[in-house]
Amino acid sequence: MEHIVIIGNGISGVTLARHIRKLSDKKITIVSAETDYFFSRTALMYIYMGHMKFEHTQPYEDWFWKKNRINLKKGYVKTVETKSKTLHFAEGDILQYDKLVIATGSKPNKFGWPGQDLDGVMGMYHKQDLENLEKHAPNKDVCKRAVIVGGGLIGIELAEMLNSRSIPVTFLVRESSFWNGVLPEGESEMINRHIKNHHIDLRLSTNLKEIKSDKNGKVKSVIIEETGEELDCNVVGLTAGVSPNINFIKDSEIETGRGVKVNRYLETNIPDVYAIGDCAEQHDPIGNRRPIEAVWYTGRMMGETLAQTICGNRIAYKPGHWFNSAKFMDIEYQTYGWVFGGKGRPDHEQHFHWKHADDTKCITVAYHKDTKEFLGINTFGIRMRHETFDTWLTEKRDVDYVMNHLPEANFDPEFYSKFENEILSAYNNQLQTV
Amino acid sequence: MSNKLNHSMSLAKPDALDITTKQKVALAIGIIGLIILVLALFNTNFPNKGLFLTLSLVSIALGTIIYSREAYLTKLEGIKNDGQWFKSISSRGVWGWVLGLILTGFYIVLYFYPHFLGLGKDGAENTGLISLFDPLSQLLSGRNASQWFVYGTLYTIAILAFGYKFILKYRHNRYQQIRTVSVMFFQLGFAFLIPEFMYVMNSDLPYYDLKSMWPLNYYIFDEWSVNGFLSNGNIGLALILFGIITIFVISPILTYKYGKRWYCSWVCGCGGLAETAGDSFRHLSSKKMSAWKIERWLIHLVLVFSVVMTTAMVYTYLGYDKNDFWLTRGLFITLVIGFLTLVFALVMFFRGKELGKDAKYGAIGLFSVIAILLIMHFTGTTDNVFYIKGSSLRSAYGIYIGSIFSGVIGTGFYPILGSRSWCRFGCPMAAILGFQQRLFSKFRITTNGGQCISCGNCSNSCEMGIDVRHYAQKGENIVRSSCVGCGICSAVCPRGVLKLENDSMKGRINPTEVLLGNDVDLMELVNQK
Repeated sequence: MEHIVIIGNGISGVTLARHIRKLSDKKITIVSAETDYFFSRTALMYIYMGHMKFEHTQPYEDWFWKKNRINLKKGYVKTVETKSKTLHFAEGDILQYDKLVIATGSKPNKFGWPGQDLDGVMGMYHKQDLENLEKHAPNKDVCKRAVIVGGGLIGIELAEMLNSRSIPVTFLVRESSFWNGVLPEGESEMINRHIKNHHIDLRLSTNLKEIKSDKNGKVKSVIIEETGEELDCNVVGLTAGVSPNINFIKDSEIETGRGVKVNRYLETNIPDVYAIGDCAEQHDPIGNRRPIEAVWYTGRMMGETLAQTICGNRIAYKPGHWFNSAKFMDIEYQTYGWVFGGKGRPDHEQHFHWKHADDTKCITVAYHKDTKEFLGINTFGIRMRHETFDTWLTEKRDVDYVMNHLPEANFDPEFYSKFENEILSAYNNQLQTV
Repeated sequence: MSNKLNHSMSLAKPDALDITTKQKVALAIGIIGLIILVLALFNTNFPNKGLFLTLSLVSIALGTIIYSREAYLTKLEGIKNDGQWFKSISSRGVWGWVLGLILTGFYIVLYFYPHFLGLGKDGAENTGLISLFDPLSQLLSGRNASQWFVYGTLYTIAILAFGYKFILKYRHNRYQQIRTVSVMFFQLGFAFLIPEFMYVMNSDLPYYDLKSMWPLNYYIFDEWSVNGFLSNGNIGLALILFGIITIFVISPILTYKYGKRWYCSWVCGCGGLAETAGDSFRHLSSKKMSAWKIERWLIHLVLVFSVVMTTAMVYTYLGYDKNDFWLTRGLFITLVIGFLTLVFALVMFFRGKELGKDAKYGAIGLFSVIAILLIMHFTGTTDNVFYIKGSSLRSAYGIYIGSIFSGVIGTGFYPILGSRSWCRFGCPMAAILGFQQRLFSKFRITTNGGQCISCGNCSNSCEMGIDVRHYAQKGENIVRSSCVGCGICSAVCPRGVLKLENDSMKGRINPTEVLLGNDVDLMELVNQK
């Protein structure tokens, strides 16, 4: 029986294993050094906040794996020997595979800041990071202030986590406005205000110079690059993005760039070795997508796709329309299609922006300025239907159609106030003034 | 870090998160109100009972109100579950168990030893706690209080005060607010005030909470109850007809249109308490597959028990004057069996395929009920059914299901089993509505394409123990008989994935293998099977 070994028990690897099991009787082993069982990484924050316990972040009960004959091995893969198809573990044992899938996800970026490895400095990605945070920031007496470096999705989640335990937070963001490489200006600025409303000390256009240590090798303070100001703190969160977690294959024959290089079939340069999820890097980007997509949904889609290939129906990874979502403190965010922020916006992309007076809801609709084709939407504080936008994008609807049919896409709970009329009249007014 | 919770054993400071000074004051005010009740319980003779009762109830309500305002209005609108698994009282810690013991103790005394609460025996004056409530009872209906009046008053206060708390907690969510106003209204009006006023108008009418349906109010077809209604002319007749119409006509229509939520989380008193006072314990319900298996057996056994018990009760007293009444025992049994068979036949005709092997269980269930009823008919004498007294069957149901299951376990175990263990494992009404919701209703929780991140907030907050995530992460709508439509899963979802909806029956149940957002060809290939 063919033995499929998957390194990494995140959403990509587990989705792959489930689908292989549905399609075949192959022997499946999932290897992880992080946890015994699959858990939802995106839910780590809720454990620290006390909304859930760790066990609640595990989507499958423990009996699930045995019942579906998916072997779980806890161990850290040190090296991969592709000629003999052997994995060597740090613990000393080995494992033979017939097909190998690398699904090891990411690790937090560190940019060589002085003091970045001190006690009390951490990312917020692995379960071990959470344990570390629990140790260094159990409450506001032990952790008098925390400094977060890097204004992206993980940074704002970490800020929300610390806030839930009333720990004062200083949030250093390199950009001139929160996540404005991705979010258009109006949205980004709304989120700035929302962060500040939560009494978080948001510092824009601010970089970290160094982290200072006390005599025990523990974080004492950080120095800010621009002003030289020294901020006392007990915890430093490094959340300046992530990069593929692939150090263990650097010495193997598998081709790597920033991530594991794969073709459209998620195959590496070595036969029978594949890579999926955050750690896979496409030779050429697919459409507007980045070559490395470190997103929950894309990891899952790669898993769904590769299962077909491994089970004899070789198909390419050909994702549909882009979508994503996040939550910024209390404001939910969804995006369908492409809406560009500060970085990489094509010349033909024009925006319509509407913001509610309460400053917690807004939308941005992107369209082609000549053809009026609808390109995408960002929505904050209003839930919208994935399926509706997916259909409209496929049908290449124009922006007028979308604006006039917006109520069909509403996904807010029953009895919620509706804003489509207000949005539509703002849209029509804007057309008159242009 | 081990993920086992380290419960502090300190009673003075058991929680990881502190409360503010204002909240401590609020707690003190509420506790003063409770202490008055406890003092009354231990026979402190208050000089002016009306004044002290008012003081007590107002303090309890005021304490809850001030506490909640401080907890929620000082923060921005949003999900407020911080620390719920750290707090001793809401994570089966020391305080949780203490509260559980107090509540179960209260229910045991209430149901089985009401004289400890001060109920006057054989017309004697009330003493203790019950006498404290005499002035309010006199005011409303001109009679002295009973243990049920005390219970009803406290129950109503709890729903109103904690309902207010819940509305503040979800002040960004209009579905939650409107629903909570609804349960507060039905408890105060229908369960508490209207029955008292009905008594004033006609003191011979049995207690009737108009919103409570058979089999939840299993006593409505008892002999004393039916006689009570029938001996009261048109109004009594109208009431008992209304009782029959609610379960056989009104309920099926509303459940078809809106799902069982119209009752369970908008109207019902048990649900009302669970949604308000029980809200802090909702996450404690077990989401394990094994719990679901127990649930399905238990709740349907209770349903069978209640159907057999009610039929046996009615059957017994139909026998007294055989020739006076058109509804004879034989006819009654035939009608019951005919009705059950008709329901089964209709279900098999319209939904047989969908049910799969569950249809077999349904058939076994039906035939055993019919067999029981026939045995009863052919072995029964005037008093006995199955050689035991019909009334014993009824009192067994009253004690084991009506009192112990719904009260002592259902509410007493809030801090241990979660807020809806009665609704989930025991309520026969919920079983009937749920059966219809699963098969003939427009209600579902829609999953938003591929947006689920499997975080588990939805499952965690489901008071009915549904593993909501199991469906959401497959992009499948949630169509479960136990769902009471409280809407909290949708509220806590950080990615806007869940929406409670009434829509067409077509495509309501939509299992998928590959979610929206992937290659359309792959979706077509895999999902077509």
